[in-house]
Amino acid sequence: MNYKTKEKIYEKILLASAFISVITILLIGGFVFKEGAPLIAKVGLVKFLFGTQWSPTSGEYGIFPMILGTFAVTLGALVMGVPLGVSTAIFLAEFAPPRVNRIVRPAVELLAGIPSVVYGLFGMVIVNDVIMYVERTYLAGILRPEYQRGYSVLSASIILAIMILPTVINISEDAIRSVPREYKEASLALGATEWQTIYKVLIPAASSGIIAAVVLGMGRAIGETMAVIMVAGNTVAVPDSIFAPVRTLTGNIAIEMGYASGDHVRALFATGIVLFVMIMLLNSVATFIAKKGVSRS
Amino acid sequence: MSVKTTQKMAKAALWTAGFCTVAVLSLIIGYVMLEGIPHVNWQFLTMKPKKMGSEGGIFPIIVSTIYFTALTLAIATPIGVGAAIYLTEYTREGKITKIIRFGTEALAGIPSIVFGLFGFAFFVIALEPITRGWSLLSGALTGATMILPTLIRTSEEAIKTVPVSYREGSLALGATKWQTICRVVLPSALPGIVTGVILSIGRVVGETAALMLTLGGSMRMPGSIFDSARTMSMHLYLVALEVGTKPALDKAFATATVLILTIFIINTTANWLMKNFIS
Repeated sequence: MNYKTKEKIYEKILLASAFISVITILLIGGFVFKEGAPLIAKVGLVKFLFGTQWSPTSGEYGIFPMILGTFAVTLGALVMGVPLGVSTAIFLAEFAPPRVNRIVRPAVELLAGIPSVVYGLFGMVIVNDVIMYVERTYLAGILRPEYQRGYSVLSASIILAIMILPTVINISEDAIRSVPREYKEASLALGATEWQTIYKVLIPAASSGIIAAVVLGMGRAIGETMAVIMVAGNTVAVPDSIFAPVRTLTGNIAIEMGYASGDHVRALFATGIVLFVMIMLLNSVATFIAKKGVSRS
Repeated sequence: MSVKTTQKMAKAALWTAGFCTVAVLSLIIGYVMLEGIPHVNWQFLTMKPKKMGSEGGIFPIIVSTIYFTALTLAIATPIGVGAAIYLTEYTREGKITKIIRFGTEALAGIPSIVFGLFGFAFFVIALEPITRGWSLLSGALTGATMILPTLIRTSEEAIKTVPVSYREGSLALGATKWQTICRVVLPSALPGIVTGVILSIGRVVGETAALMLTLGGSMRMPGSIFDSARTMSMHLYLVALEVGTKPALDKAFATATVLILTIFIINTTANWLMKNFIS
């Protein structure tokens, strides 16, 4: 075999490995839809998405409580995680002296590397205990007894807020650092203070990157499974308070997949379809925003 | 309020934010380690788990974690590096790279539980004759698809930093493209590629949700890649949540401590490589 043929073969092999990720994403979509779609067709899309009854034993599959649960914990995570994350990003990009940077940056990296089950364990032992104490000491008269066990929207939100910090910090910091130096220099030269420069020049200029960071953080919160299961309580009910125990879409799959069979399995795959579509939409939004920012500057 | 006061307050607030981030991390790591370290000892690292993991050690689970990680990397690394070589050396930005990049980015965003569903339907059920159902192999195949985006991205960056003049020199000496890639480009890009692989180890070791549906969860010492197994992360979850007694929680914290130390070593190694071999 001459070297030209060999070169051609190598190229084809490399092309094939490059396409594996494309093939995988198609397979993931294909398999999850193939397994889940028949159940959605059987139950009806509207009833599946907006039904509030989930009882596999009697064949009722409505995932509305889980959709709301996912939204509730994600919103809570963003409310707590985004301000802290973006402020830390500004701090790292603008204020932190190199010595402090050398402590904070590895800390953020480690935060990103800690397995989600460790966050879950911490949440289940410490965060839930603190919340349970508050519930039983100060709110005992107001809350129903099943809302006094610590497992709640609030504790899931706190843990998720910590977990999305690295995503929010890293991407917003990149965005802030990529603002041209001249913008900042011009602002300072005009007599603006550092804070005025940050608030009126840097943040607006970096806004598309910061929004992309928030959207990706949101994706991480929606997709997180183990930590949420460990702290959220997993009751199937529409959450009506931040102290309500809650089940998310991811939790629904992870908890019941172990013993499900028949239509029940298909219903869990159908839950997977909803997650898959949500994440694909979110990521497209993030890519779109990030691109818009790049083309404008 | 004067402009100067606002400036001072804002500065203080941002310092506080930075401090809070570090404080949160220290609190989590500090608490978990304080609870865990008293239970990490030689017996814990070298004994079999007993009573669903609430007694004994985690030796077979450490071995499973290592097997699983090695197998996942053995599957994913050639594909990831191959894809990166193709993207950097064989194509220009165009339609094909756009499709591949879309695939890779989409893959990076998929929640791990959805990977789990896919792995369950495809590797565990559809490919059962090959993978024997829930097994190290099914888990590793699923894990490999999860780390592919990271591997491709880091390898691509590493290959891009190799100066064009190296390639030109090699080609001018009469080497073929493939020889140039194997003997010139890849060796120069190696530290960057290795860093990517090490960072992927972190992801593999920490993964749980996808493995719950594909790896099986046996506590026994795995004999081959067709055996069911569990990793340390999975063990932590199963012991903490499904057993949940006080001694089980102690074991969970001890496992968490071992996990955190592992991740810490992985991050430090990756940083050291980046600092010393990649400019």
